[in-house]
Amino acid sequence: MAKKIVTALVGAAVLGLGATAAQADTLSDVKAKGFVQCGVNGSNLAGFGAQDSAGNWSGLDVDLCKAVAAAVFGDATKVKYTPLSAKDRFPALQSGEIDILARNTTWSISRDSQLGFDFRAVNYYDGQGFMVKKELGVKSALELSGASICVQSGTTTELNLADYFRANNMDFKPVVFEAQDEADAAYNAGRCDAYTTDASGLYSIRLKMANPDDHMVLPEIISKEPLGPAVRQNDSKWFDVVSWSHYAMVAAEEFGITQANVEEKKKSDNPDIKRFLGEEADSTIGADLGLPKDWAVQIIKAVGNYGESFERNVGEGSPLKIARGLNALWTKGGLQYAPPIR
Amino acid sequence: MALADARTGSGEPPKVSLLYNPALRSAVYQIVTLVVIVAAVWYAWHNVVQNLARANMTAGFGFLNSRAGFDVAQSLIAYSSDSTYFRALQVGLINTLVIAAAGVVTATIVGLLVGIGRLSHNWLIAKLCTVYVEIFRNIPPLLVIFFWYLGVLALLPSIRTIFQHVKENPDAAFFISNRGIYMPAPVFGENFGIVLAAFALGVVAAIAFTIWANARQRATGKRPPVLWVNLGLIVLFPLIVFVVVGAPLTLDYPVPGSFNMKGGMVIGPEFLALYLALSLYTASFIAEIVRAGIRGVSKGQSEASYALGLRPGQATRLVVLPQALRIIIPPLTSQYLNLIKNSSLAVAVGYADLVAVGGTILNQSGKSIEIIAIWMVIYVSISLITSLFMNWFNAKMALVER
Amino acid sequence: MTENISYIRDHFLEAEKPPAANSSAFAWIRNNLFSTWKDAVLTILAVAALVYYVPKAVNWLFISAVWTGADRTACLTVDQGGQLESGWNGACWAYVNDRFVQFMFGSYPRDELWRPLLVAAMFVALLVPLLIPKVPRKGLNALLLLVVFPIVSFFLLIGGFGLRHVETSLWGGLMVTLIISFVGIVVSLPAGILLALGRRSSMPIMKTASIFFIELIRGVPLITVLFMASVLLPLFLTPGNNIDKFLRALIGVSIFASAYMAEVIRGGLQAIPKGQYEAADALGLNYFHKMTFIVLPQAIKLVIPGIVNTFIGMFKDTSLVTIISMYDLLGIVKASFGDSGWITPVTPLTGLIFAGFVFWIFCFGMSRYSAFVERRLDTSHKR
Repeated sequence: MAKKIVTALVGAAVLGLGATAAQADTLSDVKAKGFVQCGVNGSNLAGFGAQDSAGNWSGLDVDLCKAVAAAVFGDATKVKYTPLSAKDRFPALQSGEIDILARNTTWSISRDSQLGFDFRAVNYYDGQGFMVKKELGVKSALELSGASICVQSGTTTELNLADYFRANNMDFKPVVFEAQDEADAAYNAGRCDAYTTDASGLYSIRLKMANPDDHMVLPEIISKEPLGPAVRQNDSKWFDVVSWSHYAMVAAEEFGITQANVEEKKKSDNPDIKRFLGEEADSTIGADLGLPKDWAVQIIKAVGNYGESFERNVGEGSPLKIARGLNALWTKGGLQYAPPIR
Repeated sequence: MALADARTGSGEPPKVSLLYNPALRSAVYQIVTLVVIVAAVWYAWHNVVQNLARANMTAGFGFLNSRAGFDVAQSLIAYSSDSTYFRALQVGLINTLVIAAAGVVTATIVGLLVGIGRLSHNWLIAKLCTVYVEIFRNIPPLLVIFFWYLGVLALLPSIRTIFQHVKENPDAAFFISNRGIYMPAPVFGENFGIVLAAFALGVVAAIAFTIWANARQRATGKRPPVLWVNLGLIVLFPLIVFVVVGAPLTLDYPVPGSFNMKGGMVIGPEFLALYLALSLYTASFIAEIVRAGIRGVSKGQSEASYALGLRPGQATRLVVLPQALRIIIPPLTSQYLNLIKNSSLAVAVGYADLVAVGGTILNQSGKSIEIIAIWMVIYVSISLITSLFMNWFNAKMALVER
Repeated sequence: MTENISYIRDHFLEAEKPPAANSSAFAWIRNNLFSTWKDAVLTILAVAALVYYVPKAVNWLFISAVWTGADRTACLTVDQGGQLESGWNGACWAYVNDRFVQFMFGSYPRDELWRPLLVAAMFVALLVPLLIPKVPRKGLNALLLLVVFPIVSFFLLIGGFGLRHVETSLWGGLMVTLIISFVGIVVSLPAGILLALGRRSSMPIMKTASIFFIELIRGVPLITVLFMASVLLPLFLTPGNNIDKFLRALIGVSIFASAYMAEVIRGGLQAIPKGQYEAADALGLNYFHKMTFIVLPQAIKLVIPGIVNTFIGMFKDTSLVTIISMYDLLGIVKASFGDSGWITPVTPLTGLIFAGFVFWIFCFGMSRYSAFVERRLDTSHKR
């Protein structure tokens, strides 16, 4: 009897929400169901994944989801978002609940191999930092020995923190929280001296403080945190689509193509640009990816090039005002680099 | 399970069709259930295997021996980020047991007092106890935890204020701040083992004396002064030994460090919030159980004991409470189990209990099935052990018919 | 004039007033507050505590409290960057006022709020007659509330039939708390009855399966069941299936509530005298008829207070979905503490008192109703 109920519940759930056949070909699945299911940050991380009061999503990670939808369907609105906590995110991708995990997730070897995901494109080069109250008079992370530090559990941040203090022979008292907003509140209430997470996150959290000017981010960056979209392993078609959606945005910036001038650039004589925008007569780039010919044009029309997306979400055009830094194009001293499109 | 109407032909002797054979039917129902269960389990298992294979993951508990890599805020056993996941789970389990034990003891005491208080003939006390019970019983425990953690403890003085306070009062030894309660920690000298041995000896002697005293009371009707002798054996005797061996105990006082107080002992706000919330929440239920238990003992019992010349205190202690306990224990057991299970709310304030630590491991290793299985096995075991103990206690307390 | 030898009283004496020591207010005080010296000490301590704390609490909650304001400066002192004189401490009701709609409905689109409001109105309209014993047609009423109402509300809330689709990730606040508890109640009653019957069945497989399920679920905390529903459920299903997060929480809460409900109903089943079962058998009723017409109506009537208590427990337990990052009433209040518009030292306390008050009203109401039903049902068993 008991199990009958469980089965009935599960069965009802399956029937009710439309079962789809199991295939390791996410691209076909996505095309069949007509939208991309995208896992994003559930704790409203301004600049990366945040929802306004009307329920619209925005952010760098969200733009990537939109870019993929634009590339596949030519319509950036064909995305459904699943807000995820740090804990839910990996099971959600493993189980096929979501098609892309774009939740400021660090690409690390264990996640790439052991957890069974694939990472390649990096949409934000980040590093872990510390934020303290200015009144503490702390100028460097190396002065934090003995401090209580707020950290979110189950993140690479938590591991880097332990390693950094160990490596520098310092001790600390971790104050661990399940959700980021709890950590914010605790830091605010003076429960801990310092707050650690990715530097971009620190800027975003600092903005939410009552007086952002009372807090400062320390200069030390203690880790490499390449944040990028993850997909399930052994699904190279879909992996290519997601990675190249990002690279298309970077390439567009390299070519100087923007949301505004993309139509005009179609008429360009530059063979690279023509190939990129699908204007070359016998180009098979789109078809080889399993996408329409004008996939890149659709991406740029929807979200602009990488630089535009960056400025709009986290850069000068946003309250975060983060400098391009490592995320500038490689030609400008940064790390953003699109492999050749040919 | 609906049936067609059974009508047998009128002329012939009623033939019981196989369809209405109860044994056969029961067998059919059971086989159907079994098939459904097996199919559901198989379906789930098949999908898990497929999902894991798709994600290129293996199932198994081997990961418990890998390095944890994260630090735990509260640990009673040696633990560092170099320890294994298994060790981290041990830390979590111990923390769960600590909060459960502390909560059970406090909730029982508070519950007993409030329960008796509600029956008090002192109108004011009875009303105050009623108000307490009605407030705490009807608010979610998680909200009470947040209330203490975010609402009350966060309003305590900051650590900087405490530093200032220490500067002005260098002799202060206890501090209450929003980082917890700081107090001196005992440092045991080398001869402290002797004191412990004396204490153990005292306890053994006290038990022996109580057994002898009971025997003597049955034989002669006179009761030796058990309380005073036992107090002497358990408290005074170790105290004398303590002084004789040269007081091998010093106190380590907390002093201001660069960010936190150094030395001493600290009870963190996470523990305090959880402890206060669980105890006070559960106490409101225990109070109701105690009240129902005492009211369940007929009034004649206490009247009879007064008639026998017992004082009110004695009547309550020797006649009413033992009988009330029989009514109290079964629901009390389920309240204890609830408290133990509610201790998993620790995860909300970052107290490193089994669920919080397990959650971190789940996240770091991605082994969701294994971790949830570990949780379930441990909690079911704790529940079973508690039930067994309380059932044993209940059997011991049950009416002995002579 | 004949001599009257018998003494017949022909008028009554006026009743004496009771001794002043037993009737005056003074006597009441002496008897109820100061009857022994221990009582006197307790009373004095209690009065002292009340005199000290109650004015403080009233002052904090009402007198010093800030009732109007647009942002956090309304509830900050001058040294904290606000408008109030330094040393101020009180509740910040302006914040609750500002966020009220959010606390009730989460991010449900503001121009569609009539939908949850209509659902709430329907709920009240169907529930109240069910609760008042005198109103007739309970069967039809229950059918409407437990079967028709959920279906209608589902489409009203989520959209369809021309209504705009509103994703469950936008739902929040009290609305979510009520939906989860209601679904838990509607699912757990039949599921609990089936489990209880299974546990008391003579068929070993049914019995074992029911016991295993009930004891396993009752042995573990709700959080682990919720984690299981939110993390493991997707792994148990065919790859590529997408179960809504909200639905997963509903499944978790329903499973949990069913196990507890089963035990309550089992208590009722056990209390039915054997003669009832035997009489039903003697009448030739089959199992299904025996249970639905003879046993269950009596058993459920016996355990109505227990069922209501399970409902209360479940209502409080819904707050745990906060931990799997869903925004029920408690979750959304807690999330608002981090909102830069209203960060003040008193915001968390104010918000939690508000949420606690709302939870309290519902739970207290249910427990009073349960006591009322208990008294009403009690009449038939009075000795």
